[in-house]
Amino acid sequence: MNIIIPIKQVPETSNVKMDEETGTMVRDGVESIVNPLDLYAIETGIQLKEEFGGKITVITMGPPSAEKALREAISMGCDDGILLSGREFAGSDTWATSYALSQVIREAGKFDLILAGERATDGDTGQVGPGIASFLGLPLATYTSKIVELTKDSITVERLIEEGYETLRLPLPALLTVVKEISYPRLPTLRGKQRAKKLKLKQWSSEDIEIDRANLGLKGSPTRVVKITRPKVTRNGEFIKVVDEESLETAVERLVKFLQEKEIV
Amino acid sequence: MSYQGVWTIAEAKNGMIKTVSYELLSRGRKLAGKLGCELASVLITNNISEEAAEELILRGADKVYLVNAPELENFIVENYSNVLIDLINKYKPEIILAAATTSGRTLMPHVAIRVHAGLTADCTELDIEEDTGNLLQTRPAIGGNIMATIKTPEHRPQMATVRPRSTRPAPIDESRRGQGEVITIDFNPELLDGWVERLGFRKNEEEDVNIQDAEVVVAGGRGLKKAENFALIRELAEKLGGVVGASRDAVDRNWISYPHQVGLSGKTVTPKLYIAIGISGAIQHLAGMKTSDIIVAINEDPEAPIFKVADFGIIGDLFEVVPELNEALAKLNKASAGISRTPVKNTTLAEEVEEDEI
Ligand SMILES: Cc1cc2nc3c(=O)[nH]c(=O)nc-3n(C[C@H](O)[C@H](O)[C@H](O)COP(=O)(O)OP(=O)(O)OC[C@H]3O[C@@H](n4cnc5c(N)ncnc54)[C@H](O)[C@@H]3O)c2cc1C
Ligand SMILES: Nc1ncnc2c1ncn2[C@@H]1O[C@H](COP(=O)(O)O)[C@@H](O)[C@H]1O
Repeated sequence: MNIIIPIKQVPETSNVKMDEETGTMVRDGVESIVNPLDLYAIETGIQLKEEFGGKITVITMGPPSAEKALREAISMGCDDGILLSGREFAGSDTWATSYALSQVIREAGKFDLILAGERATDGDTGQVGPGIASFLGLPLATYTSKIVELTKDSITVERLIEEGYETLRLPLPALLTVVKEISYPRLPTLRGKQRAKKLKLKQWSSEDIEIDRANLGLKGSPTRVVKITRPKVTRNGEFIKVVDEESLETAVERLVKFLQEKEIV
Repeated sequence: MSYQGVWTIAEAKNGMIKTVSYELLSRGRKLAGKLGCELASVLITNNISEEAAEELILRGADKVYLVNAPELENFIVENYSNVLIDLINKYKPEIILAAATTSGRTLMPHVAIRVHAGLTADCTELDIEEDTGNLLQTRPAIGGNIMATIKTPEHRPQMATVRPRSTRPAPIDESRRGQGEVITIDFNPELLDGWVERLGFRKNEEEDVNIQDAEVVVAGGRGLKKAENFALIRELAEKLGGVVGASRDAVDRNWISYPHQVGLSGKTVTPKLYIAIGISGAIQHLAGMKTSDIIVAINEDPEAPIFKVADFGIIGDLFEVVPELNEALAKLNKASAGISRTPVKNTTLAEEVEEDEI
């Protein structure tokens, strides 16, 4: 069972800054973490490896500092890491990112399964997982909430959709994007951390893989960010404090009246 | 042939067209009006009669491309993607809008890659740029902390998924009867991928968890103290004709299942009314609900950040407030039994956005 997990490094705080000119994020001075939703993909991969054996390769496209994300995944139990980095990738949208990652995956060798996060908490598109499947022509299940069965040549999963859960069987190799319900991410172990520290990661640029440079970065991206605005969060609400029976009654009365004014009840 | 016309991707289940399809027509009508072009809906499904498809015309579509086949009964992305790409190659639309549902958010990236189109996820506003006629797509990013406007200057079609409930469904206009055309397209079996099999479906055990489609969401958090107390929340939700949501803390404690979770690692909801009870309003929770029309918070801590986004707040013990509220609503329901509800006006997000340097 060879598993590939694309993971993204994202800024930790919710107060990230944007570059007005390029519309991309300023990452300097912001602590970076593994995209929280990718931890569920990592955990799922490790559980599959524990049961069926095999090897997990985590890959990320990002600045050189994104190797920290790979090492964190390795300290949890992944085996190998590939960092795709270079100026030519800067400003990639989901089309260009999916393209670059799918070319890395082609280069990385034979695999049975790709596990991606449902979406990254910064860009919040959820398009890269399906995008990679589309480039590689792999069967795809998004919003996977449970792995029901794995055989030599197929995987059966449940996916969480609006109305409930549906069961799909996909031939392998396949790509799944996973939601939080699928697992509970473990913490890195001490041994894992030591291994991660020593492990030599593969560092690739566009020179090292077969890739069409015209499809990379800002110039390979169909979309352009043209404006960034900040929505006002604060609303000027009406507030009532409950201290006794009487204020309790007033508060509830006023709330009911408020809901009536808004034509909810 | 140049790219022309606005398309919306309609969704249907069991022979019924879903409401999001009509929301997309509201969006599409506005764009087609500005561009002076045709508006068409694409419906890939099974068991839809032409009369049912005709409703898309009554609600604003000039054309409906209907692909109806037993093989398309269920959403299997590979098959739907092949069918849609085939239509795109044939008719070359300039803009394609789909709903940001689990199927829309799966189908659109799959297609966009293969037709080499730009795709913007989960838009809350769409407009046409005056000089160029480009589609301007605005969406929340980074947990709703910023709004980004995105365009696709050089690639066609321009594709976007649109957040459900971010606009009203287009109403039926009887005068449009016979004004449009339902074009039935024979399903070409060669487009069947046939690799992925759908083995089954189950509804979530207990209750309605389709929190993204609900008009009213009543959500509970750690302040509820234990699973049984969610009964209070359920009762209130029922009285308001809504569904139950939850914070991650409540889900992680197994008080309620994950499909109810609202927020960064759960679902984004935009109901008319969101009531947060015993929820502090952490930034990750706000990311999933702060674009709701009306927000009500009940919390004993006056400093709780949830109050910053609330239109109405009660600072008090939820175990006193909620039962009292349930009782008051019960009385009201009794008194007004038989009177039907009128829908609430939808304020758009646009009114809350201001330009700002960051
Ligand atoms: C990567 C990441 C992703 C996350 N994703 C999500 C997400 O998707 N959704 C989400 O919700 N959170 C998410 N979180 C967690 C989030 O940061 C908060 O921890 C969580 O929302 C807190 O839940 P809570 O408000 O129920 O609990 P608390 O923060 O503990 O708040 C409980 C509130 O209840 C009030 N209270 C207590 N007793 C009473 C009473 N008797 N009467 C009235 N009020 C009372 C308290 O004053 C307090 O304000 C995420 C965190 C991270 C790091
Ligand atoms: N730069 C990247 N490097 C590696 N994986 C990525 C990258 N961007 C996105 N992904 C993967 O795609 C998923 C969805 O990301 P997104 O489409 O950006 O919301 C993430 O959870 C990752 O698994």
